[in-house]
Amino acid sequence: MPGLMIEREILIEAPPRVVWRTITEPAQMSLWFADRVDLVVEPGAHGHMQFGDQGGPVVVETVDPPNRFSFRWNHLQGEEPVAGNSMLVEFTLTQEGSERTRIRVTESGHELRAWPDAEKQRYADEHREGWGDFLDRLAKAVAERRPE
Amino acid sequence: MTEQADDELWSAIGDPSRRRVLDLLVSNGAVSASWLAGRVPFSRQAVSKHLAVLEDAGLVSRRKQGREVLYQVQAGRLDQATQAMAGLAAQWDRRLAAIKGLAEAAHAEAQREGRAGRHDG
Repeated sequence: MPGLMIEREILIEAPPRVVWRTITEPAQMSLWFADRVDLVVEPGAHGHMQFGDQGGPVVVETVDPPNRFSFRWNHLQGEEPVAGNSMLVEFTLTQEGSERTRIRVTESGHELRAWPDAEKQRYADEHREGWGDFLDRLAKAVAERRPE
Repeated sequence: MTEQADDELWSAIGDPSRRRVLDLLVSNGAVSASWLAGRVPFSRQAVSKHLAVLEDAGLVSRRKQGREVLYQVQAGRLDQATQAMAGLAAQWDRRLAAIKGLAEAAHAEAQREGRAGRHDG
């Protein structure tokens, strides 16, 4: 995926169906995420998340229990979050053994802005590393150049 | 939520063409737009546009040397971007740790209630 930005994961001692409820039920979401969550977890549903005195709309993309859940947020003010103007948060749940779940979250965005598909694919093939790697590498290279 | 200034930064870095331009600037120091245009698969006009966006985001600065305009990477802003990225990652680590705590507690409770892990809470 081109332009990938953040990717984190954790292993949980509970089966995917339990983890699924934790990440998708609004009452549970308000315990680990936003202060207030007004959201129906259905594909295409528009909702709202409030963080202290900041908040904004959220649009649900994928709902595939108990494996995949994604939504868009952090769009520019006054716009609807769609591909190209917002950040996409994706949760992937993978069962490990009978009672464990590996949960992976990615937050990515802006990668679709005005790029032809063929070009995106070509670049993705060449640059499998994400933004994080890119920035790390760049920061290192800049640090090495500094003494000059 | 991401700050507006960061939006500009992510947007600038999010474009693969601009990452390629940044890459070239990092590896080669101060260079001109024409020099860059000879090393990327897009037009001189596109290079100028990308440089303008990178400049707006504070990632690149320009200076005149004789008749040429040279562009170079702004190390401080790049460090800032790296730190902002680390901050976002840490935020997700905290959220995942919270999810882990909640899900494991719910699972343990369901098992205690002898419902074989069903979580009807």
